[in-house]
Amino acid sequence: MNDFPTVASIAADVAAGRVSARAILEEHLTRIDSRESEVHAFNLVMRDRALQAANEIDDRVKRGDNPGRLAGVPIALKDNMCTRGIDTTCSSRILEGWKPPYDATAVKKLAAEGAVFIGKTNLDEFAMGSSTENSAFGPTRNPLDTSRVPGGSSGGSAAAVAAGFAAGSLGSDTGGSIRQPAALCGLVGVKPTYGLVSRYGLVAFASSLDQIGPFTHTVEDAAILTEVIAGHDPMDSTSIPQPAPALVGVLGAGVKGLRIGRVADLPKGADPDVLARLDVAFDELAKAGATIVDVTLPSLSFALTAYYLIAPAEASSNLARYDGVRYGKRVAAGDINTMYADTREAGFGDEVKRRIMLGTYALSAGYYDAYYGKALKVRRLIADDFARAYAAADVILTPTSPSVAFRFGSKTDDPLAMYLCDIFTIPTNLAGHPAMSVPFGTGQDGMPVGVQVLAPTLGESTMFRVAAELERAA
Amino acid sequence: MSGTGKIENGLPDGWELIVGLEVHVELATKTKLFSASPNRFGDEPNTNIDPVTLGLPGALPVLNEHAVELAMRIGLALNCSVQPCTFHRKNYFYPDLPKAYQISQYDQPLNVDGYLMLPGNVRVEVERAHLEEDTGKSTHFGGAGGRIHGSEYSLIDFNRAGVPLVEIVSRPDIRTAEQAKQYVSELRSILVAIGASDAKMEEGSMRCDANVSVRRFGEPLGTRCEIKNVNSVRSLGRAIEYEARRQVDILDTGGSIRQETRHWDDAEGRTHTLRTKEDADDYRYFLEPDLVPLAPDAAWVERVRTALPPLPAARRAALASLTGADVEGEAVSVVVERGQDTYVKAVVDAGGDAARALVWVQQSFADEGDSPRLPASDLAALTQMERANKITATQAKTVLGDMLAAGGGDPARIAASKGFEALDTTSIAVFVDEAIAAQPDAWAKYCAGEEKAAGALVGAVMKASKGKADGKVVTALLQERRGS
Repeated sequence: MNDFPTVASIAADVAAGRVSARAILEEHLTRIDSRESEVHAFNLVMRDRALQAANEIDDRVKRGDNPGRLAGVPIALKDNMCTRGIDTTCSSRILEGWKPPYDATAVKKLAAEGAVFIGKTNLDEFAMGSSTENSAFGPTRNPLDTSRVPGGSSGGSAAAVAAGFAAGSLGSDTGGSIRQPAALCGLVGVKPTYGLVSRYGLVAFASSLDQIGPFTHTVEDAAILTEVIAGHDPMDSTSIPQPAPALVGVLGAGVKGLRIGRVADLPKGADPDVLARLDVAFDELAKAGATIVDVTLPSLSFALTAYYLIAPAEASSNLARYDGVRYGKRVAAGDINTMYADTREAGFGDEVKRRIMLGTYALSAGYYDAYYGKALKVRRLIADDFARAYAAADVILTPTSPSVAFRFGSKTDDPLAMYLCDIFTIPTNLAGHPAMSVPFGTGQDGMPVGVQVLAPTLGESTMFRVAAELERAA
Repeated sequence: MSGTGKIENGLPDGWELIVGLEVHVELATKTKLFSASPNRFGDEPNTNIDPVTLGLPGALPVLNEHAVELAMRIGLALNCSVQPCTFHRKNYFYPDLPKAYQISQYDQPLNVDGYLMLPGNVRVEVERAHLEEDTGKSTHFGGAGGRIHGSEYSLIDFNRAGVPLVEIVSRPDIRTAEQAKQYVSELRSILVAIGASDAKMEEGSMRCDANVSVRRFGEPLGTRCEIKNVNSVRSLGRAIEYEARRQVDILDTGGSIRQETRHWDDAEGRTHTLRTKEDADDYRYFLEPDLVPLAPDAAWVERVRTALPPLPAARRAALASLTGADVEGEAVSVVVERGQDTYVKAVVDAGGDAARALVWVQQSFADEGDSPRLPASDLAALTQMERANKITATQAKTVLGDMLAAGGGDPARIAASKGFEALDTTSIAVFVDEAIAAQPDAWAKYCAGEEKAAGALVGAVMKASKGKADGKVVTALLQERRGS
């Protein structure tokens, strides 16, 4: 752990007038000035807007108005969330210069509670990747060891919090893009239940899998941010039409009597020091009064394959709108088809092109049944497996990432090796369930290890109780 | 429907024409299918737009409930089953398709398995009627033929993008161009009657594509061509006739039909190839992940069904039954089309003569709309005078003209003020005998069975009586004297 101020402490201090939002902001900007050139967490540091927002919070406090639950808390936003009038690039050349005319719902909710947006963070282009090496604007470095990746795709949002540039941040998680970088950067990262947080204004990668969630230093901070951004949004038809679960209030409830699932047939591939920490986690939870039960998830071994058909299929459709006609980059050409082709050739990076081709193929006439159709069946099997497992267990514990943070370039030549980074996180997205990564010690080289807590649909309360216990034991 | 009997279809003997129609109608909603922008025709380009309409990154569709209700009305009016359904993405690139996919319904449409009855008890089955969004409207400048390829530049109006459409797909049950025209006309009447669409082909709020094939009677279905750009009911008939003839000519000379989409050129009166099957896009349909399945509950469906107004076919039957007129005749269909059947009923309820009321409404109420200003009781009084032979038809027409101009009036007083009165039979008989005596040649021809010869005799009576003789009485007297 470090001694960066938490979301909870900043909000309390600012609201009570013990410290100004402006002073908090300047403290974070100072850290950005000293390390951002090395880390490259941001595509855009919103210095002036943040100063204005911080001053407004301070005015509100002075006037005695309620400054909100996140008064003066510097928050970084993954650069695939729409911010009105502010560049939103998805770390892609194809969206360079585009300024959305509206705010994402999650962004609005944070702003309404007094958050101060400090910048838009780097990501793998269109959230496709596990290391942030696929950004068109260069990679982000892991603040704990800058020779290593921060994970991805929300690597910028993870690095911003880990480096103390922001007290918390939002990322998006389609196959592990919050939880894996959280694990690699020693943070708490939450992927809420699909539909708990509105996707309105989140630039889509794979619509049936994408979900916004927070990065923080503590479980309590993650609970606060999740509570703020959750809730029904009439602008998102897949948003769950019921109140969000209470989280902050359950953190002290302990785990006595809870049944913690251990996956007996966990897919191979995790490093020994990661598995060693997982064993310690089970021991600590047992000591705290939980029961450890074995569950099986036999379909898990097909999850990665199914994901790499479903997600690219949706992406191939979601990214088709970047055609140079209405906004973003356009490469002029003599006719419309050449303009489309040249624009997309110049605007997209290799990984995005790879997935567009993969997804287009999987949906094509004559191949649909064998690929996309079969992947949907696997998705159903995985949901069935989880349903059986959750009859026996309240939550399930697995590694978040098979390894600690790896070095730059070590997986860039082998897409399959990179895809395996998400082997433990992907099943959650396919099932639409919540899961979170909690820092739980380090591996042999001193880099953090994350333990993943998985829960059934809207099981966030139990998930956070277990996460809080792990945090106490870590 | 498949017959081996001869149907008059305009083709050489032995050839059968097979037509299925795909009709797109824009729904009369206030807002678009998936966003709150106005659904309005004719506004300044690119004013009825928003992030969803433009397909901006991060924008998400939210289904318009009123559009679902109007689509259900269409399904129920076409005797379809309303069922749980889903939305799919139909993926293709075109500049006026902002998301590069159209949200449509694919294997689980809202309405299935209905039918529409045409005159002569011809039943055309409706396979499905599904919801989808419209595209923007492109206009291409320079180059050839108003197409994007070869044009210098193009302008796009996104006001139409996202406007709710229902696509109504018939089975290939139509056997003549005339039936196709009747199908579209009847569909249009239904859509207007239920308030689902203004269904104006000339404004594009109703668009029709025809799948046309031919075969020799008794043979399996032939290869079809889809005809697009048909912009009126009349063009539809012409396009089908042309296309069927083209196919027969090819097959008759030993050729074969290529499955393709063809463009109807109304000025040239011919179709030409737009794209062949090989050029067709692979739409890569898949379930739209931004929307949830739609399952209208039974109570909602029943509410919509119960609230449906009487449909044109039922209204024609009722009007025919009330007036004794032919249910497939022009008077009944015109009056129902104008929505004046309730007015005719009101005239009858006020004691009017049903048959005369129908005639007057058909002939003199073309500009009156569905709620004529003339009080029904005034028209009832006029038809009563006719029935009592107090006034001739010719006089009644003049009186009605005054009543319509004034928005009402007592027909007896108007007739009196004009000196109108019908002559009694004895007086008319005098004029008839005079006419016979004056025109012995005409009388001889009439007696020989030449009915047309009566015209000169009736005309003479009318002239002599200054129009006060009732034509029907004159004819009856002539027949009586001839002994027929």
